[in-house]
Amino acid sequence: MSILTVTNLSLQFGGLKAVNDLSFSVERNSISSIIGPNGAGKTSVFNMITGFYRPTSGGIELDGTSLINKKPSHITTLGMARTFQNLRLFPNLSVLDNVKSGMHCRTKQAVFGALFRTKAQKEEERLIEEVANECIDFVGIRKFRMRAAKNLPYGQQRYLEIARALASKPKIILLDEPAAGLNFAEKQYLIELIRRIRDEYNITVLMIEHDMALIKQISEHITVIDYGEKIAEGTPTEVLNNERVIEAYLGKEEVV
Amino acid sequence: MIRKYKKQSLLLLTLIMFILPFFLNIYWLDVFTFVLFYVVLAQGLNIVVGYTGLLDLGYAAFFAVGAYTTAILMTTFQWSFWSTLPVAFLLAIISGIIIGTPTLRLRSDYLAIVTLGFGEIVRIVVTNLNITGSASGIYGIPRPSIGGYVISTQKDFYYLILIFAILSVLIVYRLGHSRIGRAWIYIREDEDAAEAMGINRIRLKLLSYASGAVIGSFAGSVFAVKMTAIAPLSFSFLQSVMILLAVVLGGLGSISGVVVGAALVIILPELLRGADDWRYLIFGVALVAMMVFRPQGIWPPQYETEDEDPNDETEDLDGSNTKAPEESPSL
Ligand SMILES: Nc1ncnc2c1ncn2[C@@H]1O[C@H](COP(=O)(O)OP(=O)(O)OP(=O)(O)O)[C@@H](O)[C@H]1O
Ligand SMILES: [Mg+2]
Repeated sequence: MSILTVTNLSLQFGGLKAVNDLSFSVERNSISSIIGPNGAGKTSVFNMITGFYRPTSGGIELDGTSLINKKPSHITTLGMARTFQNLRLFPNLSVLDNVKSGMHCRTKQAVFGALFRTKAQKEEERLIEEVANECIDFVGIRKFRMRAAKNLPYGQQRYLEIARALASKPKIILLDEPAAGLNFAEKQYLIELIRRIRDEYNITVLMIEHDMALIKQISEHITVIDYGEKIAEGTPTEVLNNERVIEAYLGKEEVV
Repeated sequence: MIRKYKKQSLLLLTLIMFILPFFLNIYWLDVFTFVLFYVVLAQGLNIVVGYTGLLDLGYAAFFAVGAYTTAILMTTFQWSFWSTLPVAFLLAIISGIIIGTPTLRLRSDYLAIVTLGFGEIVRIVVTNLNITGSASGIYGIPRPSIGGYVISTQKDFYYLILIFAILSVLIVYRLGHSRIGRAWIYIREDEDAAEAMGINRIRLKLLSYASGAVIGSFAGSVFAVKMTAIAPLSFSFLQSVMILLAVVLGGLGSISGVVVGAALVIILPELLRGADDWRYLIFGVALVAMMVFRPQGIWPPQYETEDEDPNDETEDLDGSNTKAPEESPSL
């Protein structure tokens, strides 16, 4: 059964068709990926799914609920979390405060609770802290807890962004090139982390990645995009042996 | 270290503020009364500019909303001071939302222009309406009273605004250290990331404007009864700039910093009185120097602290089997 369904999705920037009549779906509890050459439209697809770009046409459904015309914050509330290709942390805030942001949409205390420090408010603050700490431990950056995000080593910043996304208790998490800029050891750690996200939290993972070795290791399903169109999909072995894929994308790089 | 004795230092400062009038002459009592007005105003603006990161060059408009609401209701309609406050509260929220709505999609530079325009519109409207007394303003605003005691002396008003100042600090502190305050800071740090984390930026920005407006308007209400006469001049662009200055000088988003900023903006020009015409020049140069050498403000907010939990490192060891690859932190 699929958790996310994209149907005939198109996106036009002026004369440029960034995404063209794209359809695919993501199985619940799977680790799936979207691959494609630079500028193929992968990030644009993520931006439409998460509500940052409005599709020119087409449909997106999360668990049967249409996401079209919904604000990003609303979509997050519905159970979708994301990371960004170029890290988008809250640079001056501590790791803990960064991760706490995820809990915003799962809590509800407002001005009254804040001003009078009601019992419910304190209870909620405790919960926020607890969940944040759990997510920080989960990705393994506890010792940086009180450090400003911008002062973390690059790899840890990537994990932090994942921790922050997890704190919103998503059903599905979208990772945009999570391995970009990571060294070999960090990539191995990331692979393990992504597996644990799925296995321990039962969160579906959809990621964009360029690192074929990494994708082959963890991805169960791949959708290949070129010039905004789907050119292939299937298991890693199917896709990476596909003629069109090799031609369009892998031909230049000696992978497979 | 300061952190450790935070409560004690705060109590001490409050105590000093309470006994201060007994050591001041009338002139300095007035100066400190204005410092307190500025503390309230700067804290209100701090929510908008400091916490949420929305530049506002027309904040004096909210000061005007409170002052004129109280003045009109007390003179024309003979209301009591206290009953004007809920009205000032409501009108502040409405005007906060009015200015907020068109600015929601704007980024900083456009935002500055729109808020500046809003401030000017309010000033021009009160200069031209009959009900606001046109250019000469409203005078003969009665003294407020509490349970039969009429608040009338300089000292009385000092204490009245002191209470408002303490309340405003408390309010901003509690809002700032809550889920709402954190959301404002997330918006300031990265609006898109905040939205991606499920924070409805439109709603929270409006809440920020409205909260700031309410605090500014309360300062205005007290201002009206303290002065007994108000005129458009008090709500000029310069006033907005001076309030903003207090916030930037002290440290955007820092409650203690903003208190210091408010004190400096009022006291410094007074201290420089001896220098006559040179006064504002020296003041200006001091500000420029300040911004060059300490752009984050005198007392910037602290988001990064040493971890109070010393067991962290050890927990790392026995914890997970998959450890993060070590790297020397690149600071
Ligand atoms: N906001 C935008 N305005 C105009 N054009 C855009 C915008 N965002 C993306 N594009 C264009 O759409 C196309 C697809 O971009 P996109 O970022 O989705 O590619 P991508 O597959 O993520 O590439 P990469 O692997 O380099 O990250 C590119 O030609 C890009 O220039
Ligand atoms: Mg991309």
